[in-house]
Amino acid sequence: MINYNDILNNTIKDVKPSGIRKFFDIAESIEGVISLGVGEPDFPTPWNVRSAGIRSLEKGKTRYTSNKGLEDLRKEISRYMQRKYSISYNPADEILITVGGSEAIDMCIRSVVNPGDEVIIPQPSYVCYEPIVKLAGGVPVIIETKAENEFKLTPEELKEKITDKTKALILPYPCNPTGAIMEKKDLEKIAEILKNTNILIISDEIYSELTFSESKHISIAAIDGMKERTVVINGFSKSFSMTGWRLGFACGPKEILTQIIKIHQYAIMCAPTVSQYAAIEALKNCDDAVQEMLEEYDSRRRLIVKGFNDLGLTCREPKGAFYAFPCIKSTGMTSEEFCEKLLLSKNVALVPGTAFGLGGEGYVRASYCYSVEHINKALSRIAEFLNEIR
Amino acid sequence: MNMKLLKLLNKNARYTLSELSSMLGITENEVKAEIEFLEKEGYIRAYKTVIDWEKFDDTSVSALIELKVTPKSGLGFEEVAQRVMRYNEVETVYLMSGGYDLCVIVKGKTFQQVAMFVAKELSTIDSVISTSTHFVLRRYKELDVCLYGGKNDDRGIYSL
Repeated sequence: MINYNDILNNTIKDVKPSGIRKFFDIAESIEGVISLGVGEPDFPTPWNVRSAGIRSLEKGKTRYTSNKGLEDLRKEISRYMQRKYSISYNPADEILITVGGSEAIDMCIRSVVNPGDEVIIPQPSYVCYEPIVKLAGGVPVIIETKAENEFKLTPEELKEKITDKTKALILPYPCNPTGAIMEKKDLEKIAEILKNTNILIISDEIYSELTFSESKHISIAAIDGMKERTVVINGFSKSFSMTGWRLGFACGPKEILTQIIKIHQYAIMCAPTVSQYAAIEALKNCDDAVQEMLEEYDSRRRLIVKGFNDLGLTCREPKGAFYAFPCIKSTGMTSEEFCEKLLLSKNVALVPGTAFGLGGEGYVRASYCYSVEHINKALSRIAEFLNEIR
Repeated sequence: MNMKLLKLLNKNARYTLSELSSMLGITENEVKAEIEFLEKEGYIRAYKTVIDWEKFDDTSVSALIELKVTPKSGLGFEEVAQRVMRYNEVETVYLMSGGYDLCVIVKGKTFQQVAMFVAKELSTIDSVISTSTHFVLRRYKELDVCLYGGKNDDRGIYSL
């Protein structure tokens, strides 16, 4: 008899599956569930982008691209980063096209972490950072961001966690699930702390285009002296509604990218070619479509935030991404209990804040990538639920 | 002027004052006043419905008529456009660039009725030089609304 337990890697055995999955699996088994669970835009990919993908197939562009990705796409990304965020990257050696932002996060962490190195992760945040750090043999050091600080990373909290072993800081803003963003003044304080250190910032900016403040998104790499110590990760999934195309990119110092590319080369070869051609079109001709989607999300965001507050579930205004993160402490339930009971009694699927790590207890994540009608229906079922338990 | 309000109403004229107020971040009274202003000043002309008539056994038809006309000196196309607009059968009138002058959309109970209307009414107007009638066979999309194919949310539950 084969003993799988002996065969498997100990670290991966200890990694838990995403807490989001558990609720989705229950939700899937129930008929007529209204979900506010999915972290995926409801808009289809803009037609001109799909069409560019189709055209590339028609022309037979179905081979591997350069490991780094198509040169034309890297050039477009370079222009985009300059135009949107005022950072200049050389398409030749400072930009790498990846399979979604996810691959970039994984490779970036693996490229810098030696066993025992510490990586600072603010939570609540996206579910992948902690397991990836562990798989790389690193030690995740969690900072619990607080509602009273609008879930921003504060310089005090950061300072407290920095040790001789700190290798990198994950900066996940705009933040899934809290909707927090870091404004220029917030980033400057973080920069002040990191400027004379040997700590790399891995800035996951996948929601950058979904920023609802007047000042728009600011990347920490645009702050003086930070570009040389930052890898910016972004992608096409959220801004351009291109989740299934699996396309992202990393921009950073060539010394780091040269190493990352080796992982990418050996593990992946190159990002999907059809997606790369489509992405060129997205960067060139989608500003209006992106703006249109942003305005639509903005209306829904206001609607859902007011909805939760009217129900007595305090909900701060999320400034970025497409999630509301209302507080459910007033119900006296834990996040898991709340979500489970709501799902079973009213068939509404939310995600418990605890799925996103420390600081998530007492909160739930509600995605607003849904139609106004859908959001209203979910809110009225939540209202019924609250009436019954109060 | 509140362009966002107009955009929302253009998407769904049945949003309630309360929904509009939360989506725009202004009070219900402000929304109400704004809408009254837009209606009074004629920015909002009407609220109508997009109906999928094919779902009924409705046999009524529409046609797009290309009209070539001789413009009157001093009046341009105004006079003939005004005249065409008055018919109840006429749903839409546009002045066009290109191969013809007025685009007229006409509705009627039967093909025959529409054809006769064009022959007897439109083509007999003095300044009309010629007409060309194109019947609508199927509406796929109208006023941004897809009338053909489902609009199901086909997202899976795979995101993390």
